[in-house]
Amino acid sequence: MDLTIKVWRQNNPHDQGRFETYQLSAASQDMTFLEMLDALNEQLIHEDKDPIAFEHDCREGICGSCAMMINGRPHGPEQEVTSCQLNMKAFKENDVIVVEPWRAQSFPVIKDLVVDRSAFEKIMEAGGFVDVDVSAVPDANTYPVGKDIAEESFDAAECIGCGACVAACKNSSAMLFVAAKVSQYALLPQGKKEGLTRAWNMVSKMDELGFGSCTNTGSCEAECPKGISLAHIARLNREFLKAGFHNLAAEKR
Amino acid sequence: MTALNSKIPEGPLSEKWKNHKNSLKLVSPANKKKMDIIMVGTGVAGAAAAASLGQMGYNVKVFCYQDSPRRAHSVAAQGGINAAKNYRNDNDSDYRLFYDMIKGGDFRAREANVYRAAEVSNNIIDQLTAQGVPFAREYGGTLATRSFGGVQVSRTFYASGQTGQQVLLGSYSALKRQISKGTVTMYERRQMLELVVKDGKARGIVCRNLVTGEMERYSAHAVVLATGGYGTIYFLSTLAVNSSGAAAYAAYKKGAFFANPSFIQIHPSCIPQLNEYQSKLTLMSESLRNDGRVWVPKSKDDNRKPTDIPEEERDYYLERRYPAFGNLVPRDIGARAAKERCDAGYGVGETGYAVYLDFKDAIKEQGKKTIHSKYGSLFDLYKKITGEDPYKQPMKIYPAGHYTMGGLWVDYNLMTTIPGLYAIGEANFSDHGANRLGASSLMQGSGDGYFILPYTIGDYLSGEIKNPKPSTDAKEFEEAEKEAIERINRLMNINGNTTALDFHKKLGKIMWNYGGMERNEEGLKKGLEMVTELEEQFYKDLKLTGTTDSMNQPLERALRVAASFEISRLMLRDALNRNESCGAHFRTEHQTEDGEALRNDDKYMYVSAWEYKGDNQEPELHIEELKYDHVKVQQRSYK
Amino acid sequence: MSITGLFLILFLIVHLTVNSMIVFDDTGVLFNQAAHFMATDPIIGIIEPVLAIGLIAHFVFASIITYQNQAKRTITYSGLKRYKQKDSSVGSTWTSRNMYILGAVILIFLVIHLINFFWKMKVSGDPLLEEATGLGGDIENAYALVTTKFIEWKWLVAIYVVGAIALGLHLHHGVWSAFQTLGWSNRKWRTIWNVIGIIISVIFAGGFAFIPLYIMIQSMV
Repeated sequence: MDLTIKVWRQNNPHDQGRFETYQLSAASQDMTFLEMLDALNEQLIHEDKDPIAFEHDCREGICGSCAMMINGRPHGPEQEVTSCQLNMKAFKENDVIVVEPWRAQSFPVIKDLVVDRSAFEKIMEAGGFVDVDVSAVPDANTYPVGKDIAEESFDAAECIGCGACVAACKNSSAMLFVAAKVSQYALLPQGKKEGLTRAWNMVSKMDELGFGSCTNTGSCEAECPKGISLAHIARLNREFLKAGFHNLAAEKR
Repeated sequence: MTALNSKIPEGPLSEKWKNHKNSLKLVSPANKKKMDIIMVGTGVAGAAAAASLGQMGYNVKVFCYQDSPRRAHSVAAQGGINAAKNYRNDNDSDYRLFYDMIKGGDFRAREANVYRAAEVSNNIIDQLTAQGVPFAREYGGTLATRSFGGVQVSRTFYASGQTGQQVLLGSYSALKRQISKGTVTMYERRQMLELVVKDGKARGIVCRNLVTGEMERYSAHAVVLATGGYGTIYFLSTLAVNSSGAAAYAAYKKGAFFANPSFIQIHPSCIPQLNEYQSKLTLMSESLRNDGRVWVPKSKDDNRKPTDIPEEERDYYLERRYPAFGNLVPRDIGARAAKERCDAGYGVGETGYAVYLDFKDAIKEQGKKTIHSKYGSLFDLYKKITGEDPYKQPMKIYPAGHYTMGGLWVDYNLMTTIPGLYAIGEANFSDHGANRLGASSLMQGSGDGYFILPYTIGDYLSGEIKNPKPSTDAKEFEEAEKEAIERINRLMNINGNTTALDFHKKLGKIMWNYGGMERNEEGLKKGLEMVTELEEQFYKDLKLTGTTDSMNQPLERALRVAASFEISRLMLRDALNRNESCGAHFRTEHQTEDGEALRNDDKYMYVSAWEYKGDNQEPELHIEELKYDHVKVQQRSYK
Repeated sequence: MSITGLFLILFLIVHLTVNSMIVFDDTGVLFNQAAHFMATDPIIGIIEPVLAIGLIAHFVFASIITYQNQAKRTITYSGLKRYKQKDSSVGSTWTSRNMYILGAVILIFLVIHLINFFWKMKVSGDPLLEEATGLGGDIENAYALVTTKFIEWKWLVAIYVVGAIALGLHLHHGVWSAFQTLGWSNRKWRTIWNVIGIIISVIFAGGFAFIPLYIMIQSMV
């Protein structure tokens, strides 16, 4: 199939960046989106041009590396897929496809479609773990967890940390990302002790790192490749309020 | 050929690890603070080990090529993680798990290591649960299990079809915790290019900063490689496209022996290759075989839709050939049986290289809802990729390269032949023999990382307390960096016409055809020649663009492909040397009347470990004899 | 935002109840009584400034948050504009993305509304207020002021209808969003709050738009 691809090209973080237009005839509907980009890159290399930098690794939608805005939507037009799983069947002959990096103050562009998502790492370091040492733990069956609770927790834990929620949000908020982690732990008996501070610490870190705030538009949920629900954000808000009251009480003491 | 000392402790099997732990030397807390450890790779093993070592008080530096440690390919493991908890009261035990692994590995794994892996398996489940890994639960709230991969007990813990993701995120969260405490420093987007050996000991690494292109040097008291396998020598495999084993190869070139490179597991159930552009194959968890039935049409070139083929015209060949285990036979047997049917002309799909995996009966018996709760995410994944709905028609599956049992040779302490260099997880060779039992890779990675390496590394480090880590200005670092730069410049200056991706695809075809599921002397020799030829072409005709002082992904790939040529040759050479069939290594010259692997225990009951002897030299073979004192060695039979 | 917003809804309930007196009693007695109560009751007197503070807080917070949030993305996506992607924000409603604009419309309306009625009743006075109410004493005839205004200036009715619609849209997202922010939501309650939000927005938009329309239509028949 013949395609026109408009891609954001930016050599380094300080470069202005611009869109470049490429014609690609080596594409096929049997390809995935990233295989199409592979083909375009092969073409560019043969033309002695610098190929388009983009992140990818597992190519089965679980590592969360791939991240790009395709025709104005994170991971492209299909629901609940990552860019690597996006089928070229979603496009037609002679389509024009616009590919851009995630845009957010907290995700500066490194090169072309590669952005720096280390802000997510810092949020995780602010509380995205259960405060338990290796080894000194009770038997796994000590604390029973209801099947439905475990499933809800797993549902949140499915987050792959790709950043589509931030990219989709008009406020560039990372609430869904934070909520996924907070909600996973809030539902389980493990990590209850530090649960009171987790939501507070992670949200504060998120604010500090320049992510916007949540105005409940719901576009994150719609664009999340793992379909993580806004219900987890509600749970995060609950945990956050609890933490706020706890902090107040602690200050008084 | 020299014999290797694996340092297996004395004593009865079940006491070995316990006694050994008691005899290991310790490092005092005050001294731990002064010691640096480099960890390369952040999969389940690497992240777990880094977190554990950081917690113990060492200064740990962790490296990965991705933008986050959470992206390591452990994330893609689907089915589950084994533990001998005996929660189902089905008479499971450490011994039974050990025995299943030894048998699954076709009597080519080291007894003591395997027993230890089984022994620590229970702690792993406790640890992961405490970390908040949301394992599947029964209605009563206890942990759920399923049976998996050719065993007769239900000991596999799981989190839907994404167990690897959850287990990895568990160790990732432990790692993040240590990073926040300042005991671990994380270095993302670094590609390790050289191991630095000083005075015969591993003392550091040289890596390329993938953002700036700069060379960076890091020194330490010990180096741990948790860099995974080399399955992408087939180009198309279930591995992440960047999982090349190049870091382990760099260690091999510095003197670490490479063990059993020919043992590569072919997974029987992957989504078949759909077209020539494909960049990877997607695994469909083996857990599906618990409820799915594998079949092909009874007549050749049956072009009807699978749902139109009546029951009596279907050949459930696994159930027919292996009545005791049926669809749950081990991976290599399932894989070869599929190949046999397809080679004989019964295969389905456009290419004729696929078989059906049918859930019709399971859905009828258990209801769609139950099947959905067990395999929902896998069914969705399949539908996403193929556009076909497995609830309505059978899946098409075919084998693909999946896991490399081979890897750096390590002793009982997980140390390679270079003092101070350790290898854990898939990067080492130790626990899976000639074939890995399903759901035991997460188990081995976690075990190595949480409970084994943190103990054994202290034994070595206790002798290094008086030995400060070298300056990165030392001659050895300079030389290593120079080597790395030369390697890069050599590639950049070829200015040929063929891209690294093209070369990789060509290499993959050779390896799949001559070193894949079935091998023979003639083919292996031919493969060796072809790989060498292709490699020569690579250094004459590679085309790269861009610069070395910024992000350059084709260069990263070219560096990996360069290593893949050499690993491929090593693998073919090992397959040629091992003139028997065992586990995943199937030499067509050696098979039983039923077409099963025929071992030659008299000659090959050993681990082959290869020593690098120079670029144009043949590597030297060393052997570690395997002794089985606690199991009866027998012909594997799943009939 | 959520707390001030929910607080303001309480005010809206009272306000709509009082206003509905206009519809229920064409003589205006009921409305005048209610208006008089609202103007003189000491508790209402205390609540009034609180309401004003709530409103200002709602506005100030909204401005700060909107300003901050907009600064988080300096380069916008070109793909959207260039290729007119229809559903650029799948899953999010237009109202949810334009709460500040809707709020601004409501604010403009509010200024007009206050100048027209509140200011006259409380500060400047108006001859219409002096008309006899039939209730005796010094009760002002708010009814006369309100009805006459709408009958005299038809464009005012249009402004009120626009204001009411803007309010309805604002509440359509505002109600469920407030409960979501307070963590008072889950998969089930999300649907319930959404339905309640729609009901509330229809009641308020319909109610506040109906009254001026009613007065105008009454005068024409």
